[in-house]
Amino acid sequence: MPSAPHPAVAPGEPAPLVVARGLVKRFGEFLAVDGVDFEIRRGECFGFLGPNGAGKTSTMRMIACMSPVSGGTLRVLGMDPATDGPAIRSRLGLVPQEDSLDLELTVLDNLIVYARYFDIPRAVARERAMELLDFAQLTERARDRVEPLSGGMKRRLTIARALVSRPDLIILDEPTTGLDPQARHLLWDRLYRLKQEGVTQVVTTHYMEEAEQLCDRLVIMDHGRFAAEGSPRELIGRYSTREVVELRFATHDDQTEALSLAPMAQRIEALPDRLLLYSDEGDAILTEAHRRGYAPVSGLVRRSTLEDVFLRLTGRTLVD
Amino acid sequence: MTGSRRRARPLWLRSLGYWAFQYKRTWRSSVTSSFLEPLLFLTAMGIGLGSLVDRHVHHVAGVSYLAFVGPGLLASAAMQVGTSEATYPVMGAIKWIRTYFAMLATPLRVIDVLTGHLAWIVVRLSMVSGIFLGVLAAFGLVRSWEAVLALPAGVLTGLAFSAPIVAFAATQEKDAAFSIIYRFGVVPLFLFSGIFFPITLLPGWLQPVAWATPLYHGVALCRSLVLGGAPLGASVVHAAYLLALIAAGYALATVTYRRRLSV
Ligand SMILES: Nc1ncnc2c1ncn2[C@@H]1O[C@H](COP(=O)(O)OP(=O)(O)OP(=O)(O)O)[C@@H](O)[C@H]1O
Ligand SMILES: [Mg+2]
Repeated sequence: MPSAPHPAVAPGEPAPLVVARGLVKRFGEFLAVDGVDFEIRRGECFGFLGPNGAGKTSTMRMIACMSPVSGGTLRVLGMDPATDGPAIRSRLGLVPQEDSLDLELTVLDNLIVYARYFDIPRAVARERAMELLDFAQLTERARDRVEPLSGGMKRRLTIARALVSRPDLIILDEPTTGLDPQARHLLWDRLYRLKQEGVTQVVTTHYMEEAEQLCDRLVIMDHGRFAAEGSPRELIGRYSTREVVELRFATHDDQTEALSLAPMAQRIEALPDRLLLYSDEGDAILTEAHRRGYAPVSGLVRRSTLEDVFLRLTGRTLVD
Repeated sequence: MTGSRRRARPLWLRSLGYWAFQYKRTWRSSVTSSFLEPLLFLTAMGIGLGSLVDRHVHHVAGVSYLAFVGPGLLASAAMQVGTSEATYPVMGAIKWIRTYFAMLATPLRVIDVLTGHLAWIVVRLSMVSGIFLGVLAAFGLVRSWEAVLALPAGVLTGLAFSAPIVAFAATQEKDAAFSIIYRFGVVPLFLFSGIFFPITLLPGWLQPVAWATPLYHGVALCRSLVLGGAPLGASVVHAAYLLALIAAGYALATVTYRRRLSV
């Protein structure tokens, strides 16, 4: 065997791990994913953000080869999910949005049973399970049944389970929903380490700060289409300003009066409880507001975040 | 990956492995019933009722009432296990525990999930039929080696229920229909499929109905095998009927499982 620089690359395997072209998912007449194109590169963390019902899970399930593609093409690890499902899935780890743990079995047995689906020998499975329980901080619960565990513990177990087969690509659908801050930071840590080891990751999340932390590149999805894509920094640069001024007023009339600051900002947004002014020079606006005597109850300047981008692109109101 | 990699286990066998593992961890809850039920039934029906019947009609179909009823109860035990394993566990694996979805995120395909589950039911039915056969032997009802064939006959009987019922269970959103299967399926079959009296005693119009039910064929097959001297032609017909139901149920289940699990 010649020494391969990237042991995970089979000869002839194209560089991107996932390639989608005009990818469509239809449920009856309903278009859940409406012709999207994307590529997920080896070793990166790729995020799908979007409001409820945007089509994130539908997309993830197609990548995981659990849900048949309704249109367009999809290649995962260079193979076709329609024909090579088992070969692809043997190299994937999935953290589904809805848990599918066996509540009757113990924490340890859940990992072993899952490893056996991948035909991992029992002894190896056991060894890996113990390591992963350590990572998920569930070692003390190893012999307890899963049913009485807290929601966050179950989530951690699901994540550990997805890693038991040492996948090349892990797909995490809202991995940290229900986790406490400690557990979330622990997971970020661990995902970062996995990335260093070359494991490619696909993540959905509703936490913008998490996406900023984890994702090299991401897409913002809405109604089955991509509203934007790029790195978190690029997206902020493209769809928001450097800073945001938030002003709160005692009365609605005060707030209306302050709208006259609009020409100083690139964009202004009047919410029921506060005024947002998007600008690269936040301090100047705040100073001006005080100079004109608008007297906000509170006024602050902060950096733009991915959340600003998200809300701008997908709207503030719940549309269902 | 090492060069000397062992042969990969077939995918359906991995699904069977799950059910076996989970049974190993939880079997205690069902063990008393699987031994006790045959004993109770045989004692009550065979010995209690039997002594009464034997006193008045001497023999049913040429044997003691206990010997008449015993093999039929084996077939009905297979029906009950075959039904119960095909209802709530399937609903659980789809909706409550979502085991099927856990499997489908791994190399397993829908067909493996289905085949492995049915294979597990075969294992369960073998256990139940084997235990029942042992109890019959203990009662001195087993007379020839032919009787061991009642074990596969019990499996066929149970599976003739399981295969169509898993196909049906995979279409259900709630478990409400399962109690209907019991009330209007399992219970009447138990009473009118020739376990307790020959179906020739049924009103004429009911006899073809009994003929069409899988339990009738299972009972007839098990009885002739346990009592010895099973007629070949009739046994083949019974077995073929059960196999046809199994094949049809399995074919249907490949469709309903795919519809439900691969969305
Ligand atoms: N099996 C299904 N049958 C019918 N419609 C479905 C099915 N699965 C999803 N949908 C619909 O497809 C749309 C996209 O759902 P999806 O689960 O992909 O959204 P999501 O972006 O993951 O949302 P969330 O953030 O709430 O998890 C929704 O309108 C949903 O109702
Ligand atoms: Mg989702």
